[in-house]
Amino acid sequence: MSMRLTDQFTFNRQLFLRHRVRTLLLLLAVAIGVASVILLTSLGEGARGYVDREFSALGNRILAVLPGRKETTGGGPPIYGAVPRDLTLEDANALATIPGVLAVAPIVAGTTTVAYSNRSREVITLGSTDAFFAVRQLDVGAGRVLSPRSRSEPLAVCVLGVKVKRELFGSSRALGEWVRVGDRRMRVIGVLEERGESLGLDMRDMLLIPVRTAEQLFDSPSLFRILLDIAPSADSDKIEQKILTVIRKRHDGEEDVTVISQDSMLAAFDSILVTLTLAIAAIASISLLVAGILIMNISLISVSQRRKEIGLLKAIGASSRQIKQLFIGESLLLMSMGSAAGITFAFSLILIFARLWPSFPLQPPVWAVPAALLVAFGTGLVFSIMPAKQAAALDPVLALRGLQP
Amino acid sequence: MIKLQEINKTYQVGGSPLRALCDVSLQIASGEYLSVMGPSGSGKSTLLNMIGLLDRPDSGRYWFDTVATEELSEERRARLRGENIGFIFQQFHLINRLSAFENIELPMMLAGHPLKQRRNTVADVLAMVGLSARASHKPNQLSGGQLQRVAIARAIVMRPRLLLADEPTGNLDSHSGGEVVDVLEKLNQDGITLIVVTHDQTLGDRAKRHIRMVDGRIHSDHSGDTRSQQRVEKRGKNSVDETD
Ligand SMILES: Nc1ncnc2c1ncn2[C@@H]1O[C@H](COP(=O)(O)OP(=O)(O)OP(=O)(O)O)[C@@H](O)[C@H]1O
Ligand SMILES: [Mg+2]
Repeated sequence: MSMRLTDQFTFNRQLFLRHRVRTLLLLLAVAIGVASVILLTSLGEGARGYVDREFSALGNRILAVLPGRKETTGGGPPIYGAVPRDLTLEDANALATIPGVLAVAPIVAGTTTVAYSNRSREVITLGSTDAFFAVRQLDVGAGRVLSPRSRSEPLAVCVLGVKVKRELFGSSRALGEWVRVGDRRMRVIGVLEERGESLGLDMRDMLLIPVRTAEQLFDSPSLFRILLDIAPSADSDKIEQKILTVIRKRHDGEEDVTVISQDSMLAAFDSILVTLTLAIAAIASISLLVAGILIMNISLISVSQRRKEIGLLKAIGASSRQIKQLFIGESLLLMSMGSAAGITFAFSLILIFARLWPSFPLQPPVWAVPAALLVAFGTGLVFSIMPAKQAAALDPVLALRGLQP
Repeated sequence: MIKLQEINKTYQVGGSPLRALCDVSLQIASGEYLSVMGPSGSGKSTLLNMIGLLDRPDSGRYWFDTVATEELSEERRARLRGENIGFIFQQFHLINRLSAFENIELPMMLAGHPLKQRRNTVADVLAMVGLSARASHKPNQLSGGQLQRVAIARAIVMRPRLLLADEPTGNLDSHSGGEVVDVLEKLNQDGITLIVVTHDQTLGDRAKRHIRMVDGRIHSDHSGDTRSQQRVEKRGKNSVDETD
C-alpha cells in the first residue's frame, strides 16, 4: 500500500502545470544555483590549468636561488650576527659545476634611467649573461643577445625590451645606437622579441646589460638571484641539496639562501587555486541554499493553500507518511529538474566560452557536478521536511472544513 | 459491521468544553441504509468522521468488523479507511487541477494500483454514475450534480463496503439531488452500507433506519418504514432545526 513512483511524478507534474509561474521561478532559482557552482568552480579549475600550462610552456626546469633564508617553519628567534651574506657572481660560477645544471644565470637587478637624445625613461635593469636568455628561453627580435664574454667583462652593451625601444626610438632603428644608462654610455646590440608577460615579469619593459656592467653601475657585488636551468632527467630535490651544500661551504657553513624550484612553485600555485576553487564552490552553494529556502517557503504557502486537498487525500486513504512523501518528492523533483537545467546551461556556457577564448578554457572539476547535485538534493530534502511534516500533521477533519487548527 | 460503544468527544471552545458526542453507542450491520438527522451542531458530522476513522474519540470503543480501531496506528487507520470506507462531502472536495478521471483514480493511485487496473475500474464506476462521457472534464466544466456524482465515483472506486455521505445533496437543486440519491441507493441495493447525514426530510425518510441526534446524543433510532409516524414527530421538531 504505497504510491508508485510514476504516479507520484504524475501527481507532481499536474501540480507543476497548475502552478506554472511559481514552478518556473523555483526551477530558475535551482538552475542558477547549480550553474553557478559548476561555472565558478570551472573558473578556478580553468585558472589552475592555465597556470600549469604556462609553467610547462617554459619547457625547461628552472631553479632560483635567492639570498637570505626563508623561515617557513616557525623555529626559534633569529641567531644574532647571522646576517645573510650576499650572493655573488663567484657563488654562481661555483653552482655551474654541479652535475645536472645546464646553465646558470646570475642576475643583478635595479632601476636606472635610460636616455636617448632628449627622451629618457626609468626602467628595471637586469644585469646577467648569455645564460639568462637560455634559461628564460628568451630571444631577440633584432640584433643579438648578450655574448658569453658578458659573464666576465663589463661590456658597454645593452639589449632593450620592445616597449623601451619603442619609447626611446619610436619606429627608427635602435641597433648600433648609443644610449645613456645611468652615467654610462652603452651600445644597443639587440631588441627583445615581442613576448608577453612571463611568470609576472614584463620582459617588454626591461633593459638587459652584462652582469659585470651592472655590478659597476649599481656599485654592488650582490646578486638579486641566480637562475639555474637543470637537465630534464635531473632530480630537482637532489640538485637543491647540492646547491645548499655548495653555498654552505662558500658561506662559512651558513645556509643563507633559499632555493625555489619551479615544481614547488607550481605546487604552491596549485594548492592555492584548489583552495580557491573550493571556497568559490562553497560560496556558490549558498545560492543553492537560497533556492532551498525559497522552496521551503513556497511549500509552506502551498501547504496552507492546499489544506482541503490534504484533508481530502487523508479521507481517501492517504497516510501521513504518504502525504510527507508527496511533499518531499515534490521538492526533490523540482531540484532534479532545476539541476538538469542548470547543468545544461552551465555546460553550454562552457562550450561557448571555449570557442571564444580557447587559450583559457573553463573546465569543470570532476567533482563539480556531483557536488552541485549533492548540495541541491541535500537542501531540497532538508528544506522540504518542515512543510512535509506540517502537511502530514494536518487534522483531516479541520482541513476539510477549511479551518485553521 | 460497525459497533460504537459509549463514544465521547469533547471540543474546547473558547476555554469551555463542548461535548460534540456524548456516550454514543450504535451498531450497524452490513448493507444497512441509515439516515442521520438532527439540528445543526448536534454532532452528526462528528459522528460520521468518527465512523470514517478521520477522527479519534476521547473515550469509548469502536470496532470495525472485529478490529478494535482505537488501538490501530495512524498508518493502519489510513489503510482501513482507504480500503473500506468511501466519503462523500457536501462541498464535493474535488481537486480542481485534475480531470474527473484523475480525481476518481486518486484513491487507487494512493493505494498503488497499476494504471491498467485503474483505467478499467474508473471506467466502470464512471458508467455506474452515468458520467462516462465526462471523464476528461475538469471540475469547473461540470454541474453541481455531476460534481457530486464524480465524488461518489471517487468514493466507490476502491469498492468500499461502507459509504459515508455528509449532506450529499446540500449544495444541489432537487433534480440533481435526486440523481445523486438514486446513485447512492443503487449502490446500497448492491450491498454497500450507506450512512447519509442530511437536513432534507424527504431524503432522510428514504432510509430504512433513521437516527436523530440532539446535543451529541442519539435521540431516537427507528427502523423500518415509519414514515408517517416520523413526519408527525418531525413537524414538532422543525422549530429546533430552524435555529440554524
Ligand atoms: N474541531 C472542532 N473544534 C471545536 N468545536 C467543534 C469542532 N468540530 C465540531 N465542533 C463542535 O461540535 C459540535 C458538533 O459539530 P458537528 O459538525 O458534528 O455538527 P453537525 O451536526 O454536523 O452540524 P451541521 O448540521 O451544522 O453540519 C458543534 O457545536 C461544533 O461547533
Ligand atoms: Mg455537519
